[in-house]
Amino acid sequence: MENAKSVKLVLEDGTEIQGKSFGAFTSAAGEVVFSTAMTGYPENLTDPSFAGQILVLTYPMVGNYGVPGEDLYESISKIFESDKIHVAGLVVNYYSEEHSHWHAAKSLGDWLSEYNIPGIFDVDTRLLTKKLREKGAMLGKIVAEDDVPLHDPNQDNLVAQVSPTEVKHYGSGSNKIVLVDCGTKTNIIRCFLERDVELIRVPWDYDFTQLDYDGLFLSNGPGDPKMCEATIGHLQTALQQDKPIFGICLGSQLMGLAAGGNTFKLKYGHRSHNQPVLLTGTKRSYITSQNHGFAVDTDTLPAEWEMLFENLNDGTCEGIKHKTKPFFSTQFHPEAAGGPQDTEFMFDDFLKAVEEYKEGK
Amino acid sequence: MNKPQKVLVLGSGALKIGEAGEFDYSGSQALKALKEEGIRTILINPNIATVQTSDNIADDVYFLPVTPYFVEEVIKKEQPDGILVAFGGQTALNCAVALYQGGIFEKYNVKVLGTPVQSIIDTEDRDIFKDKLDQIGVLIARSRAVTTLDDALKAAEEIGYPIIVRAAFALGGLGSGFANNDEELTALAEKAFTTSDQILVEESLKGWKEVEYEVVRDQYDNCITVCNMENFDPIGIHTGESIVVAPSQTLSNREYHKLRSIGIKTIRHLGIVGECNIQYALDPFSEEYRVIEVNARLSRSSALASKATGYPLAFVAAKLSLGYALSELKNSVTQTTSAFFEPALDYVVCKLPRWDLGKFSGVARQIGSSMKSVGEVMSIGKSFEEAIQKGLRMLDTGKRGFVGNAAETVDNATLDKLLSEPNEERIFAINLAFEAGYTIQQVHDLTRIDLWFLQRLYTIFELGNQVGELNSADALPAELLRETKKAGFSDQQLAVKLYGNQDVKANELIVREQRKTLGVLPVVKQIDTLAAEFPAQTNYLYTTYHGTENDLEPETDKSVVVLGSGVYRIGSSVEFDWCGVNAAQTATEEGYKSIIINYNPETVSTDYDVSDRLYFEELSYERVMDILDFEQPTGVILSTGGQIPNNLATRLADAEVPVLGTAPARIDEAENRHKFSSILDELGIAQPRWRELTTLDAVYEFVQEVGFPVLIRPSYVLSGAAMNVVSNRDEMEAYLDLASAVSAEYPVVVSEFIQDAKEIELDAVADHGDIVSYAISEHVEFAGVHSGDATMYYPPQRVYVGTVRKLKTIAEQIAKRFEISGPFNIQFLEKNGEIRVIECNLRASRSFPFVSKISGHNFIKKATKVLLGLPVERDASELVYDSTFVGVKASQFSFTRLQGADPVMRVDMTSTGEVGCLGDSPEEALLKSLLSVGYRIPKQSVLISGGPIASKVALLSAAKLLVQKGYTLYATQGTHRFFAENSVPSQLLFWPDDYQEPNVISYLREKKIDLVINIPKNLTKGELDNDYKIRRTAVDFNTPLITNARLAKAFIKAFCKLEMSDLKIKSWNEYKAQ
Repeated sequence: MENAKSVKLVLEDGTEIQGKSFGAFTSAAGEVVFSTAMTGYPENLTDPSFAGQILVLTYPMVGNYGVPGEDLYESISKIFESDKIHVAGLVVNYYSEEHSHWHAAKSLGDWLSEYNIPGIFDVDTRLLTKKLREKGAMLGKIVAEDDVPLHDPNQDNLVAQVSPTEVKHYGSGSNKIVLVDCGTKTNIIRCFLERDVELIRVPWDYDFTQLDYDGLFLSNGPGDPKMCEATIGHLQTALQQDKPIFGICLGSQLMGLAAGGNTFKLKYGHRSHNQPVLLTGTKRSYITSQNHGFAVDTDTLPAEWEMLFENLNDGTCEGIKHKTKPFFSTQFHPEAAGGPQDTEFMFDDFLKAVEEYKEGK
Repeated sequence: MNKPQKVLVLGSGALKIGEAGEFDYSGSQALKALKEEGIRTILINPNIATVQTSDNIADDVYFLPVTPYFVEEVIKKEQPDGILVAFGGQTALNCAVALYQGGIFEKYNVKVLGTPVQSIIDTEDRDIFKDKLDQIGVLIARSRAVTTLDDALKAAEEIGYPIIVRAAFALGGLGSGFANNDEELTALAEKAFTTSDQILVEESLKGWKEVEYEVVRDQYDNCITVCNMENFDPIGIHTGESIVVAPSQTLSNREYHKLRSIGIKTIRHLGIVGECNIQYALDPFSEEYRVIEVNARLSRSSALASKATGYPLAFVAAKLSLGYALSELKNSVTQTTSAFFEPALDYVVCKLPRWDLGKFSGVARQIGSSMKSVGEVMSIGKSFEEAIQKGLRMLDTGKRGFVGNAAETVDNATLDKLLSEPNEERIFAINLAFEAGYTIQQVHDLTRIDLWFLQRLYTIFELGNQVGELNSADALPAELLRETKKAGFSDQQLAVKLYGNQDVKANELIVREQRKTLGVLPVVKQIDTLAAEFPAQTNYLYTTYHGTENDLEPETDKSVVVLGSGVYRIGSSVEFDWCGVNAAQTATEEGYKSIIINYNPETVSTDYDVSDRLYFEELSYERVMDILDFEQPTGVILSTGGQIPNNLATRLADAEVPVLGTAPARIDEAENRHKFSSILDELGIAQPRWRELTTLDAVYEFVQEVGFPVLIRPSYVLSGAAMNVVSNRDEMEAYLDLASAVSAEYPVVVSEFIQDAKEIELDAVADHGDIVSYAISEHVEFAGVHSGDATMYYPPQRVYVGTVRKLKTIAEQIAKRFEISGPFNIQFLEKNGEIRVIECNLRASRSFPFVSKISGHNFIKKATKVLLGLPVERDASELVYDSTFVGVKASQFSFTRLQGADPVMRVDMTSTGEVGCLGDSPEEALLKSLLSVGYRIPKQSVLISGGPIASKVALLSAAKLLVQKGYTLYATQGTHRFFAENSVPSQLLFWPDDYQEPNVISYLREKKIDLVINIPKNLTKGELDNDYKIRRTAVDFNTPLITNARLAKAFIKAFCKLEMSDLKIKSWNEYKAQ
């Protein structure tokens, strides 16, 4: 990679870091965040929750196993977490131009180029991470030839950008689940389809309250949850009923907001595969995959709600539940992809609640 | 939580191949964890050189063998309510299984803390293990556990060749190997059955990736994987013999987490509480996997994972075994976040094994499914290239990295063989292959090493070539220089590429200067377990060229840098770690910030808790200077880390580094054979006559003068020919032929060899030339056995007071002349009251922990105070001669693992570890220590093959004793005749090459002999072959073997005099109070 062109990373505090280009040789702006995950860049880059963000990977060597070829599963990707790369840019220490893996179809750089996403390597990513840890997530840009202005993606309705525009149906199981897609990872769909579920995937602002369903699922998604006013509105109606509701990540924040609580922006978020959470009031803990910049402020939750999981590192809210009704959420990602799969049982718990609801009805 | 009051911890005994320093680290951590809880701890470990057997770690220590008999005796006496069995390797585990099966824990109401013994058995018995995994649908290689050879052959037929054979309950894969046909299987199985009642015949997964995970589980079923590791070498090479990379580099997220999930599921099902390791084979062309094994205990891999991640596995495992939940413990690096987490690494770690196969004559050089390596190193970088090149240098085998080593020409056929049959030099053969024009794909086809790793190595190769096209440091562009440094090139490697193999050290300095001028400097980064997500409170550091910012500022308080001892190898291991740890601790106690540089993951000194700053880094001139340039410490201690730091003395002094203690110029005078010799002459101190000679004629001339036997030491050591003693012209010619021709380029050193001389050692500390502490110890064996292999009494038992006085006088003269400040060691020969000096090291020696612990005077503490310029008193260490007890240090050999190696004690060191035991009499201490290194008191029969007449005579009284005690005595021809002439009845066994029954070999195979005494006679071929066959067969059939007449005599006398019940179960504290 000696012939790689020079590019630079510029942060809103004026920091300029010289590096080398891989992927598309182009400029891009976004919010600079870091992830400490050691594997799973194909999954990460296609996660819609990363929309608008320039992602710094702390793991030093990236691209080693290339990018797998596309495979479909029930009309959705079997490998990727959506049908495109969502990050605005990628920052790494060492880009492994050569790759080796039986499943690889192309290099990471070629894949980024396909989607016109710039990558920068030869960067002291630890320096960058420490800066973000101390000063908080910052706006920034990768600058190739032409400069671009800084841009705060949290001012955009990112969910509207990544959410589908049409309703889609999957599977033919006995439990009819509505998935409100605010930028869902496809593994959530896979997790449902591996279970006895008929899935109705609806756009973020779709009025699902009119649909006939047994359980409601709120997906993950990018940006500030408060942008999703339409979803919150529909959700408030659903909370009046007794049908089970399960939310993940942004879905958890939306549930908190709909319940009457508040959300806030974390200093630098949780983006990793090693976040420890405790099932509140027990000695049971789980290692979870996470990718979020906002969280529910549990102090603002109404009395009939409580914390379900809490983060063992910083004590923040990792999920909430209604004390009497089958409404619950996780701030982490039980569907993993990438990351640990230890909490996939949450899907079973949800479907069990759906069964119980149907039996009780 | 119902915490126990008093806990017994089992150690792992002497360092041996497959079980080394890692258990000193895990045991020390466990003891620390228990201590923190206010629990009284009792440790059983005969390894006196360890940190864990130091003062103030366990509440009391028993220097006794970790065997069921002794452990039961200690339980009987101490009545502990809990026992930890997972921190002392396979030795402790096997012992615990035996005690459990014997109902001992139940009998004495001792609770096994952590993983239940039944779970351990479930993982160790391959049949049960397979059933357990079948229950949860986890796949394991197709295999059959068998107990007879016939069944083994049948199983192989069912599974299909090639197959792998494993012995159950074996440490480090002992008795394992591949077989391609019935014949090979028969040979393997016969051997495996000698160490194990059960063996496993298993499908071969050659070429698959080998991946392992360290798994931690608490009793509430919370479970995490702390680290995964990928072997650079594909399956087929024991993980202890593989280059290992952490975390995995070539696994996708799906593969990583699939194996992780299976690990957690398996460990939950097995019910492990604490820490364990699970190993997998992963198909390189699909997501197919097989579980290879689970180690339900702390292991080499767990020590490595702890160091690789900063997660203190042993400490946490000990806490979990007391009943804590993981979420109740804190991450000891951040001190704010939870211990229930999985470390995120922002660097790459490589582990490389160190072999010392060149030390052994006759050993097979191939590596495979059982362990032969004697040590390992861990290197840290931000790219694989950076880490692997650091690691290759850390091995301290003279290599400069992947490229830039001494030129070698190998033909393609040899190269193909080196690549396709794994061996200790394989990674260097990859470079030779690239040089010979092999493609990455070709190398992959021969090695099955993943293409990604080979691509990275090729990057190094290409960068080296680019530099090679230039011919001076000035011509090296900053950009290229930076690229090479990122790829782990050392200044010396660049110097060789630029200037060739001449004047390497001088050229290295030119490169270094140029590099500093261009501002190409490494940065210091922290290992913090969370990839910078949270701030770290500990200073666990490494350096890298991938970065622009130091994570911390240089130390501003007064500080001392202690250089560690580097990789464990034959001749330097845990004893120097004890020295380094004690030096750092003393510096801390005296108000200095301590900074340790070391790179050995098996050590306590590389625990980030031990010093204020730990640099997990190379001990090369370049890296040490980089760190010193950055830290600017008050002083640097070289004398507690063995030979690696000692060798840096002159160069560091030239760079004006504040080396503490004895002046580097004096160190050089002691290290340089010629200078040292003339100084001794000056002082009128006798030494054996010696010459450095460059022609064969000169050798003969010198031998004329001093007479045979002589000790010959070639300066250029070819495999299998190191130092040796030769007794006549024939032997010498045979030997010199073997050791390559003598030449001006490769001179030999020939020394007068004094027969039947006593060897005596002095360990001491001097302050500005005045001795302030000293200890004299005596070898059981006569000179001719390397001091590292010898058995030692301390205090000496048969040394005249007059001799002691003379030794002391000589030591005082030497201390004065060399103006010694700090630790030193002198080795003496004594014969007929005449004393000669054979060696002097102006640094701590191997026996420092042994004499410190027995005398009750910590020599390193004293030495460190001297080094720091503090006033010290001359202590009463000599009062030890009034001691009411005796210490005996005995050596551990690992010949069983080194297929083909000749198991004989000689002038070159071959032992891998040692123990030190205490007794009220020398016999008691000797017996305890020999039992600790694997000897057993024979039940019925002893074979004596007495060697030269002198040793036959020496053994006569012992032989009589054996007969009196009712032992059956077998003897080979000459010995049989000699015994008969002296009225000692013995049964004649024929020599191997007599091909006549009763033959020694068949008796050994049939296990009719409980102890073999074989004293090598001379170096003639017939004798060599016969003796070798006897020794090797004894070792292969796991029969205790002694090859030194003095030691044999002492052992026989001891076990004829003392019964097991005479061996007192006394703790260290009890001896101290005596």
